[in-house]
Formats: sequence, C-alpha cells, structure tokens
Amino acid sequence: MKGLSSRYAFCMGFVLGTCTLYVLLQQLFDPRISPQLPRGVENPDTPVVVGRENPSTRPHGHRAKEADRYIADELYKKVRILCWVMTGPNNLQKKARHVKATWTRHCNVVVFMSSVTDPDFPTIGLGTKEGRDQLYWKTIKAFHYALEKHGDEADWFLKADDDTYVVLDNLRWILANYTPEEPIYFGKRFKPYTKQGYMSGGAGYVLSKEALKRFVEAFRTKTCTHTTPVEDMALGQCMEKVGVRAGDSRDTLLRETFHPFVPETHLTGKFSKSFWYWAYCYYPIVEASGPQCCSDLAVSFHYVNANLMYLLEYYTYHLRAFGYKYRYEPPLPKALSGPEKVGEGLEEAGVEPGPKAMGRMSAEQGAEPPNVPETRR
Amino acid sequence: MYESCCHTGLNMLAEGSSFFKGLLLGSIFCLVVSLLGNFTPSWQSSPGIHLHHHIKAPSKEDLQGLPETQKLELSLRVRVYCAIMVQPKDLAYYLTAKDTWSKHCDRAEFYTSESSKAIEAVNLQEQDEWARIRKALTHAYNNAGDLRWFFVARATTFAIIENLKYLVLDKDPRQPFYIGRTAKSGELEYVEFTSGIILSYEALRRLTEVFDDTEKCPERGRALWKLSEEKQLAECLKYRGVFAENGEDTQGKGLFNSKSVNSLIADSLDQDPADVVENCCSDMAITFSGMTPNQMQVMMFGIYRLHPYGHTFHDSLVFLPPVGSEND
Repeated sequence: MKGLSSRYAFCMGFVLGTCTLYVLLQQLFDPRISPQLPRGVENPDTPVVVGRENPSTRPHGHRAKEADRYIADELYKKVRILCWVMTGPNNLQKKARHVKATWTRHCNVVVFMSSVTDPDFPTIGLGTKEGRDQLYWKTIKAFHYALEKHGDEADWFLKADDDTYVVLDNLRWILANYTPEEPIYFGKRFKPYTKQGYMSGGAGYVLSKEALKRFVEAFRTKTCTHTTPVEDMALGQCMEKVGVRAGDSRDTLLRETFHPFVPETHLTGKFSKSFWYWAYCYYPIVEASGPQCCSDLAVSFHYVNANLMYLLEYYTYHLRAFGYKYRYEPPLPKALSGPEKVGEGLEEAGVEPGPKAMGRMSAEQGAEPPNVPETRR
Repeated sequence: MYESCCHTGLNMLAEGSSFFKGLLLGSIFCLVVSLLGNFTPSWQSSPGIHLHHHIKAPSKEDLQGLPETQKLELSLRVRVYCAIMVQPKDLAYYLTAKDTWSKHCDRAEFYTSESSKAIEAVNLQEQDEWARIRKALTHAYNNAGDLRWFFVARATTFAIIENLKYLVLDKDPRQPFYIGRTAKSGELEYVEFTSGIILSYEALRRLTEVFDDTEKCPERGRALWKLSEEKQLAECLKYRGVFAENGEDTQGKGLFNSKSVNSLIADSLDQDPADVVENCCSDMAITFSGMTPNQMQVMMFGIYRLHPYGHTFHDSLVFLPPVGSEND
C-alpha cells in the first residue's frame, strides 16, 4: 500500500516537473523572435539617456526621452532666459496653470504677472487693475520688476501671454547668435505704426538685457511714457526711440519662428486677400498655408488653449519617428561655435560646426542705428 | 489514535518526498531533452495554446549590442506595404494620407469601394467592408514583391511608419504575426480595425489560404449574424493558428490608438492634471484615429518637423526620409 502511493506520488511529481519546465522553456524561447536578437530584458524603469550626463542641476527636468541633451544643456547655461507670463486672477486655473505645467519649465526663471499677488500659484501682483486697457501698464511694471528683482539671473527677458506656447530650446538657438549687451529684441515682426516694425504681443517677444535696461531707463527719464494700452505697438515705438533694434527671428531658410496663430491656422488656414495679416507681416510670407509656413525650429504659437498646450508639449518633446533624420540642418549658433568651443561634446552629439550664421546676421552686428529706414522687401 | 495519525503522517511524508523526487527528476529530464534536441516547441499544430498576447517593441539594449552590419541589414530588411482603404466620401482623408504619412510606406496602395475621378486607387467595386478587406489583402499578397510586412488601415487613420518598423524590427515575418490594438468579444480576441492592423507575410499567406474555405471564412459573413469585419478577420486567422497581439512599447503602453491625439490629451487632462503628457500616449505611438485632415497635417508637422534644438537621438538604426516626401 505504502509503496504504491509512493510510486504514484513520484509519477505525479515527474509529470508536473516536466510540464512546468516545458512551459518555462516556451516562455523564454519564443521561436517567432529572431534568434540573433534575444528578446532581452525589458527595461520598465527610467529611460536611458545617451551621452553626457547633465552636470548642472535642473529644476525643470522635462526631457525628450532617450535624447542626448548635451547641446540643449550648454545653451541653457549660456543663454539664460527669464520668462514672464501675462495673466490675471480669473485665468490662473483656466489658462496659466497649463502654461506652468508645460513650456515654462524650460525657462531659467519664470514669473507669472497678475494684477494681484497670489502666494499659492504663485503670481506677482503688479498693482494694476485687470482688463485690456491695462495691458501696457502691466507690461511696463512687469519689465521693471524683472530687471529689478531678477536682472542678474538672466540675459534675455521674454514676455508671453497665458495662451502663448514657446519652445525655449529653439529660442535659445536664435539668441545664441547675439549677446545680451546688444540693444536688440525679437518676436513676430509686424510692419505698421513704426519705422522698423514692432513685435506681436501674443506671439511673444524677447528683449536683450541692454534693451531692457534702456526700456526701464526711458521711463525714468520720461523718454517713454504710457501712450496707449496697445502694449505691443507701444513697446515697439519705445524701443525705436531708445535705439533698440528690431531683430530678424527667421531661420536660415527665411521661415518664421514666432507665430501669431495656432499651428493648424498656419499649416492649413485659408486667408482671404483682405485679411489684415497680409498687410501686417514685415517679411514676405514664404508659404501662407502649408508646411513651409513655419520653421522646424518654431519658437511660438498664440491662441493656444489648454489642450493644445499639452499637445504641443507632446509633439515637441515626446512623440517622434524612430530612426528618422530631420531634413532641416540648422547651423551651430555663434555661442557654441566661437573660440570657447565646447569641444568633443559636439562630436559626440553628432553635430558638425555648420557654416557661420547667414550673412545678414553678421551684417546686423555692425548695423546702423535703427532710425535709418531699412530696405523693405 | 495517535499512532494511526503518526502512521498516516509518515505515509504522507514518504509520499511527499517521492513527489518531490519525481518533480526534480521530471524537470531535469525535460531540461536535458530540450538541450540535447535543440527543442523549439512548435506552435502550428496547437491553436489552443497561446501564451503571448502582447508584443513589445525592442528595447534600446536589444539593439545596442548588434554589430553595425546587422543593424544596416535590419533597417533595410523591414519594409512595409500599406493597404489603405478609402471611399469617395473620404476624399479629404485620401488627399491628406497621400500627402502625409503614406509617403513613408515602402509601398502605399489605396483601395476604393467604387471608382472616383479624384482618387487614384485600386477599384474593388465592393460596398461590403469585409469583402473589401478580403480583396485588398489578396491583392496586396499577390503584389507584395519582396515586402514582408503589411499594414492595413482606413484613410481616416494616421500612422507613423517608422515606429511601426521599430515594433516589428526583431520579429521574423516568416512567423505569423497579427498585431494592433486588441479587444475581446466573448472568447474571440481581435485587433481593432480603426487603429490599423499589422500582418506578417506568413499571417497573410495563411489568411489568403483560408479565404478559399467558404465554411470557415465566408465572403459575405453569415447571413443571420453578421460579424464586423475586424472580428471576421480574427475568426479566419484563428482557424490557421494566428492570434491577435497587442502592440506595446517597452513600458507596456499601447502603440495603436483608436482615438485622436486631441481627445486622448483631453482625457488625460480630466483624469490626472498633474501628468497630462506622461499619462497620455506613448512616445513611439504608431497610430491615431478620428482626427480631421487638418489635425493630421499638424501631427505631420509635429512629428517630422517641429523639434527642440539641441536634443539629439542616437538611434541605432536610421530610416531615411523617402524620396519626394517634402511634407516632412
């Protein structure tokens, strides 16, 4: 009796052992996977970053997964940008918080400007009222605040609305061809009301430190005053007065980088001939509606709602085509190709120091003061 | 009383030790046999057993270890035939697909339900969607040339072909693969058509064979109970031992989306405002569905053009942009 049940147990064990291992082997060696390429260990944890580890501590860390950020990190250190966002108490939850959750994380410094201080968000209270007629007052006070409190922490000072989306890395690429000691500012350049043009407020604009200093000084000496609530035009007129040049923010293929509308409008919109946009654009439009409307290194879009903020963040920093090489090969900006070159880090990142920035850029370096009318193309 | 308990206890102990001896011996036996015989279990003959329902993209480590020549061979070897289903009412989608993502297929063939002057496509002359798919896939199989991967979708779907290639990079097309976004209907696991379907050459070969079996795979579906075309496809494939698998990235996120990216972002914003983009969609997503032609143009710009300066990807393989595809 004992012997029989023992044998029975043994048989059961044997069968079970065989089956278990059979199943185990099946799992490990699926014949449908190429034998030369073992399935490998799944890596569910932190994404692999190839290339140099980022030496500086980054408070914002939103990275394109698996991207080598060496050049972006170098530019972050060399081209420090303070972003201030024009908002108000009624828009904090509707709009500003999505700005905060997305693109402003890539700024060196970010300040949300409102009429009222809110320690929780946080926002800085400028002591103005709310409303369209307060826009230039807010702008004036915001720039004064930025210079006074953060003047040493940044080289460039960007103004944006709470429905503007900005790609800071691309803005740094443009600005790295200039120095903060030059009196210059950039944005989507419009023609009217000024000799040298002015920058669209909604598409965002950025002042060099020298430009900001002159702006603030001009209000002290009353060279500039609050003339009109139309903030972008008024600022543009002040810039002209104090000798700050309106820069050309287009890429090397002459495509715009700052955009006053959403991507869909620029890519697919049908503008009628009488639409004001045609008359306002300072530069000739490369392609009004189609892929060449916008640079690959686009810097900004306007009228961006909450959903689109996250969608643009997804498109810019996340979704990509594996193994795909971008067609547009931008040249290395001056700050990285100058005498204090970054050396082997560039080779590792796979970048050849490209041709120097286009002729027109170096021409601007020694340009005449802006009240000499530039030739309109 | 105590004695008999002890007795049965001892009995059990003896049996237990026999059991474990048997277990050990059985495992060793199996291991030895498999090592000796280079044992690879065959799937063809056992349609009932199927352990793999998820297909994952290869990880970076998988690819990094390969020699350069093999990487080059892989990048050239994985080539995709896109069978894109259109109808004259979807003219705007046809034009958009033609102008955007379909250019990245190694071969893109449009199949239409009826002829239309504006649409350059194989005219299937068929109103029934299942019948159309049958005809299109048969045509694709007969015209495959040396292409070994097939992607079938409606023109209302947007696909990122490079990421599709990445998913199947390490898979052998001589084995049956039927991949996409899976769903279950009773006992049947099928791939949703809305988010696109990948078939390996072997899967398509078996499918064209079972098409001839009007019992198992009728052309018009059963008169009384008409299954949707995606379920019909799954049924037919099942008869030949080909099972649906869910395409996922290395983190387990689905790569095939039956919704538009816009609505997925909106859902994510509703559910977890703290981590909208992280929780939404995979970085290596392959398909989205339900987008307007304009939204597709924006997506094309967002993937193939817009990018942040200074971020470089050192992908092990390169898929060169196709000739004549200026919209990227």
